[in-house]
Amino acid sequence: MPGPTRESNSNNSSLQPGAEEHIPPGRSLWADGIRRLRKQRLAMVCFWIVVFYLGLAAFEWIAEVRKWESPAFIRWNEIVGPSYQKPMVPYEWTTADGKTEIRREWMGTDFMGRSTFRRALYGAKTSITVALFASLISLAIGVPLGAAAGYFRGWLDELIIWLISTLSTIPYLLLLMAFAVVLRDKTVFGLELRGITSVYLAMGLTSWVGICRLIRGEFIKRKESEYVLAARATGCSNTRIIFSHLLPNVFHIIIIDLSLRFVHFIHAEVILSFLGLGETDKPSWGAMIDAARAELARDVWWEMTAATIAIFLLSLALNLFGDALRDCLDPKLRVD
Amino acid sequence: MTVYIIRRLLYTVPIVVGVLLLTFFLFSVVGGDISQQIAGKNADAETIAEIRHEYGFDKPLFWSLDSQFIDHFRKALTFNFGRALDREKISDKILRGVGPSLSLTVPMFLGTLVLSISLALMVAFVRGSWLDVAAVVLCVAGMSIPYLSFIIYGQYIFAYKLGMFPIMYMPEESLLTSLALPVLIGIAAGLGGNLRFYRTIVLDEMRSDYVRTAFAKGLSTSKVLFKHVLKNALIPIITSVVLSIPYLFLGSLLLERFFGIPGLGSLMIEAIASRDFFIINAMTFIFSLLIVVFTLLTDICYAWADPRIKLE
Repeated sequence: MPGPTRESNSNNSSLQPGAEEHIPPGRSLWADGIRRLRKQRLAMVCFWIVVFYLGLAAFEWIAEVRKWESPAFIRWNEIVGPSYQKPMVPYEWTTADGKTEIRREWMGTDFMGRSTFRRALYGAKTSITVALFASLISLAIGVPLGAAAGYFRGWLDELIIWLISTLSTIPYLLLLMAFAVVLRDKTVFGLELRGITSVYLAMGLTSWVGICRLIRGEFIKRKESEYVLAARATGCSNTRIIFSHLLPNVFHIIIIDLSLRFVHFIHAEVILSFLGLGETDKPSWGAMIDAARAELARDVWWEMTAATIAIFLLSLALNLFGDALRDCLDPKLRVD
Repeated sequence: MTVYIIRRLLYTVPIVVGVLLLTFFLFSVVGGDISQQIAGKNADAETIAEIRHEYGFDKPLFWSLDSQFIDHFRKALTFNFGRALDREKISDKILRGVGPSLSLTVPMFLGTLVLSISLALMVAFVRGSWLDVAAVVLCVAGMSIPYLSFIIYGQYIFAYKLGMFPIMYMPEESLLTSLALPVLIGIAAGLGGNLRFYRTIVLDEMRSDYVRTAFAKGLSTSKVLFKHVLKNALIPIITSVVLSIPYLFLGSLLLERFFGIPGLGSLMIEAIASRDFFIINAMTFIFSLLIVVFTLLTDICYAWADPRIKLE
């Protein structure tokens, strides 16, 4: 990965013979950061939890596209027992081919008799898809705008600052809901915005302000530095300076911001689902929690608990990992 | 000072215009004509035309003296937002919701503030120890639980199972009994993030030179914390407090919904459920304006307290 202090042993050839034994090889920003990160047990555990969730989401996605039938846990729509079956309590169930067997569902069943556990696993795909697309959209807007504002300054900067201040003046939840409610069931450029499409579009279009501000600040600071001056002296164009010199050097800021923002997107999905603006026909953690509102009065607590635990584990892992990543890559960035 | 205030005031104009442009684009250009939805599925053409006329959807979007664009600005700047889809005046609806919202959010906000600042000072006593690490991890854990789970579990356990509080808000009961549980849940849900925020502020302050001097001259930790650090940490704390005041008026969307509190959060949820763009539009504008005003006040207070700012 690119870094500002990329050095290798080959640079030492100009030094006096024998001197290279005393000079340790240089490490890039990323190599150094990852080395520090590896020493932190908690951060590594969190990293593997996040990887597990991402893998699960990818697997569910592939299984859906390729229409796989096995393994059993991807069949979230299958009716496996009577409705509202308690977790870990054995029950008798006659399958479609007439066989009667004793089963137990270790996270219970929902009102239609579908497995809560499988639905919670599928929810990972929904939530991570939403968060991923929302992140991509907000990066695609925020990073170029921030870079342009910080690099060119002048009227462009004023214009972008005006956009940023306007958007951040509106309370975030109001803004998000306004976008979600307007975009829902609209057809834009032939694309019908149904279910989660309108959700991640609304999140992405409203949440780029933070990263834009960060990138702008970094660009203002870094465009005066020596390596940019050197690049300009050798005749690099503005595009080249921005894309191959400045952006790689702020890349870690984007990654850190992303890891912490992911959590917000997952929590926002829950709130939008609860408001009836989320996914409608496939399981999502938000929809599960929303359904639990009516179910708790009947003492059905497992659907709610399954979704809460799923969100809690992923958020905790992402939060702790994001914090550790920030401390390792850029300790100055601490802006709680 | 006057020059600074005038310049700062002028700077808010483009922002207010920006908010209006954005809401116009969102609700009138993208959202567009919702008369079909207002009239219902089986309405005849005549009813729809009537509704189109009543809400002004038949006017041109831009180039006219009587366009929707001009209407949008006129409505907002005169605070005359017209009627909601249920024919009630929007300003009446909003004014009615402010009281219940504030009676929920003010105690919640003060409780969170006092609790998290005192806990942050306590954590600063044991900074660097395993207790400090445990406190941070607990904060992050608290932040990782969805807000809805706090509310649903809280209501289920304390009101429904244990019967310690009424399940829903009851206007005839005293505010104390009917709002106690939502306030407590709100404090519990917000504590993690706030404690972490104030802990960072206090620890940042602890790194200053004057703290080292205070320790060097032999002051005890509690003296340093309460006499020196707290006083200096008050500046960022007060800023964040002042800037959160507009959000108090906004109420709590989810808490109000679950406990049936007739505040602005409930109003917002009803507006979303019935896709009432008029209410959402009015709320967005009013709250942006409130935030603009409070940001302005903070800046002016800063300039008044710190003469260097005016020169920028």
